[in-house]
Amino acid sequence: MTTTTGQQGHMAKAGSQAGTAGTRRQRQAAWNEPIIMEMSVPGERGFIPPGVDPEMGAAADVGAAVPESVRRTTAPGLPEIAQPRVLRHYTRLSQEVLGNDVSIDIGKGTCTLKYSPKVNERVARLPQMADVHPSQPEETVQGILQIMYEFEQMMKAISGMDRFSFQPGGGSQAIYANARVFRAYHKKRGEGANRDEVITTVFSHPVNAACPATAGYKVITLQPGEKGYPSLDSLKRALSERTAGFMITNPEDTGIFNPEIDKFVQAMHDAGGLCAYDQANANGILGITRARDAGFDLCHFNLHKTFSCPHGSGGPGSAAMGASAELAGFLPVPLVDRREGVYHLVYDLPDSIGKIRAYYGAVQGVLRAYMWVLSLGAEGLREVAETAVLNNNYVLKKMLEIPGIGIPYPDRPRIEQVRYTFARMLEDTGVSTHDVRRRMADFVTHYWTSHHPFLVPEPCTIEPAESYSKQDLDDYVAAIRQVSAEAYRSPETVKTAPHGSTIHRVDDAMLDDPERWAVTWRAYLRKRARGAYGGTGEDRKHR
Amino acid sequence: MKKCDHPVHPYIPDMAPANREEMLRELGIASAEELFADVPPHLRVKGLLDLPQPLLSEYDLYRHTKRILAQNKSCADHLSFLGGGCWQHYVPAVCDEINSRGEFLTAYTGDTYQDHGRWQALFEYASLMGELLNMEIVSVPTYDWGQAAATSILMAQRITGRDEVLVASVTSPERLRIIAGYCEPTCAARVVPCDLETGLLIPGEFEKAVSDRTCAVYFENPSYLGTIQAQAGEIAGIAHRHGALCVVGADPISLGVLAPPADYSADIVCGDLQPLAMHMNYGGGLSGFIASHDEPRFLMEFPTRLVGLTHTEAEGEYGFGEVVFSRTSFVEREQAKEYVGTGTSLWAITAGVYLALLGPQGMKQTGEAILQRTQYAKRWLGRIPGVTVPAIAAPSFKDFVVRLDGTGKTVSSVNKALVERGIFGGKDLTQEFPALGQSALFCVTEIHTKQDIDRLAACLEEMVAS
Repeated sequence: MTTTTGQQGHMAKAGSQAGTAGTRRQRQAAWNEPIIMEMSVPGERGFIPPGVDPEMGAAADVGAAVPESVRRTTAPGLPEIAQPRVLRHYTRLSQEVLGNDVSIDIGKGTCTLKYSPKVNERVARLPQMADVHPSQPEETVQGILQIMYEFEQMMKAISGMDRFSFQPGGGSQAIYANARVFRAYHKKRGEGANRDEVITTVFSHPVNAACPATAGYKVITLQPGEKGYPSLDSLKRALSERTAGFMITNPEDTGIFNPEIDKFVQAMHDAGGLCAYDQANANGILGITRARDAGFDLCHFNLHKTFSCPHGSGGPGSAAMGASAELAGFLPVPLVDRREGVYHLVYDLPDSIGKIRAYYGAVQGVLRAYMWVLSLGAEGLREVAETAVLNNNYVLKKMLEIPGIGIPYPDRPRIEQVRYTFARMLEDTGVSTHDVRRRMADFVTHYWTSHHPFLVPEPCTIEPAESYSKQDLDDYVAAIRQVSAEAYRSPETVKTAPHGSTIHRVDDAMLDDPERWAVTWRAYLRKRARGAYGGTGEDRKHR
Repeated sequence: MKKCDHPVHPYIPDMAPANREEMLRELGIASAEELFADVPPHLRVKGLLDLPQPLLSEYDLYRHTKRILAQNKSCADHLSFLGGGCWQHYVPAVCDEINSRGEFLTAYTGDTYQDHGRWQALFEYASLMGELLNMEIVSVPTYDWGQAAATSILMAQRITGRDEVLVASVTSPERLRIIAGYCEPTCAARVVPCDLETGLLIPGEFEKAVSDRTCAVYFENPSYLGTIQAQAGEIAGIAHRHGALCVVGADPISLGVLAPPADYSADIVCGDLQPLAMHMNYGGGLSGFIASHDEPRFLMEFPTRLVGLTHTEAEGEYGFGEVVFSRTSFVEREQAKEYVGTGTSLWAITAGVYLALLGPQGMKQTGEAILQRTQYAKRWLGRIPGVTVPAIAAPSFKDFVVRLDGTGKTVSSVNKALVERGIFGGKDLTQEFPALGQSALFCVTEIHTKQDIDRLAACLEEMVAS
């Protein structure tokens, strides 16, 4: 590797063990780009901004405008790079990313990766969306307010709830906001101090525990019973006069739907608590079952998951937070209303939890989600759910034919995703789920294990949403099948993976060591100069 | 086989009968309906949801939505002087090009072996911000500045074990509301008065308010009212003398000309990335960064993801990974420091591209251009009879207060008249800062020309005279 450069050299090395599951040999791009700071050439320019205008006063005044105590005296150590070089660098980095536009990423279970329609993107980037300031007068933003209003009506139909806020910047923030509604609700009833416990389940996304804790609650976590979900009795045992509310995903991360969910809600209500439904991944139940019909007081949907907004390399996300009529007054402000055909922002909500995020949320996500729902309609949404569940069960059947792979609670049906276990494979071959994860990179695709704790041993979570075809699913399963065959035949191939990824195996230990971790280039250079990585650093200089 | 009574949808390949029939046959079922056995009948939706008729043709959908959106006026077709938390800057074409790349746009949280380029772009973002901030830890960004400030303050709360934060009164009221609500379970926000006329911090007031309960002082530089806080270092000193931390909110686009807060002893710095090439998106372009020095006592308190550089088996090759991932709520659930979920990574990548394009010279020139235009606009508007600019002598960056009491007109009436002339006037402060009377927060950036500012001044003058 030291004697070769760029893509070709990398491919030569990787070639022998690249993924060849289907009929096509596939390989990730490997541009071997330097860190951008290493690209700097003094004097190169990437961009010339509008400068000081001589007509507006002498340039000499400018420096003096800043008091000496807070004036920057040394230029920031930013690189100097010509525009085409910046563009090429980032374009190459983008090619080293397996986004949904590129990869069959059904292996990222719980994330509901699906097709983000390009027409939605085109509209979201129009100046009438992109270049609108949030403090513009209402009469100049009637278009986006109408879309927010109409999308709220859609979400009401989809969930059965009575009011929606789109302020949360993602699913986690919506769950956090729901925990804040718990607080505000009990406080208003004079029970704020007494009710200090929130109950969740271990197979609900971890933020269902972390968010109420952030909002000041003690958290009780229910464990699954023999059917794969907690028993109603276990919930009842956890209930008390201290109970503030319940936060649950359903179907849970396992893909198992809790059929007694309305009884859970009833028990919680009987104990004086509220129920919030985490519907981040509602893909399998759109038009099938609704939060409010099971009695939930609050719910949320991730618009960047179920509702097709692009995941953006990790955001901006967007969430729709729904409330029953009783709790609508607790939602964050402002809400959107229509009076005599004119749309308004409504701030007059005395019980409101106030502000969670600035302004009105990631509204461009609302626009995209609106277009997605409108492109499908009621029948289309039901087709989404049915196809996603069909895809999932098809993959499940194929996966269970592969040696070493099983599922917990095998008698229970699965909805939109499955948490598998590769425990048998580990036992038989010594190949762990983490090994498989790295090896799947050689097949130019994703593979994800599980949230913590790893209650299902050697876990793997797969969520084949509606936008993958049977052929896509077959390709993915073929890759898993080949990895399994390798595990039983030549386990070292899997254990030493990746072989055809963009990069080679990384030194994870560096990331947990205060002497060696490097969150920025400047930290890396400082530690390298100090010998933290061995030698003087010159030997690690990029080729 | 369930009969499809509407066309095969272009987003759903397995609606195609060839695919669907084979899959159903493989599963030995007649329709996908059978797979919902666990959803009890009484919880099933009867019939179809009450939704509008779909627009199946992409053209119909495009035309319909575009027509609704066309009711919006935008800052692309109006001359805007709105700022105060979201600002109009020029977005270089390369920034839009990169964040439109489908690979970045539609990726999520893949491993270093699947998403190497995403990890590197996020590491580079942090590295570039680190240079701007003179700090070595920069988080993967959270939702917005308000969240970043609230988390920065709670980090200080956990580090010091104290339970009160002093917040300057010239903080954005909306941000203050986010902070107060978020910190409430463990840390009370106490507002410290500032000189509203000038927008300046008053060291004596911080000295009065600080105590052994104070975990941090929080102020913004420039402030919400745009004032550059010359005595920032003095306030940091007060915090440190009392065992508290100094948390500063900063506008990153100011840091080509303003000193990074670390240089005046800030311990944790936060702010919004939106000025660094994010379109405003009606407020959807916000993105909150958090930065600190590279010490375990700080790093271990970050709830967010932190991307770290690492080495690989190949000589000279870089890889990346999560730094102390076991900190996060993904692992620790309710035991974690706060919570973490999907943040605003695409905006981080974009901000990185922006900083790489501008370089040290570009950031300096942009800062100077904004400073100059701000001073020019203040002077020019301050000349209009009846219009006063309270902090006319104090240095401002981007935002500044314009007071209309002397004109006998209200902000709302003036703004209404300005809209008719194709201008968005300053943000109305009458609700947020009633003590400032009929005041508006105007904003100018590098995009405003002399002609733009002169046009505003001429319109205002004409209105005042009428």
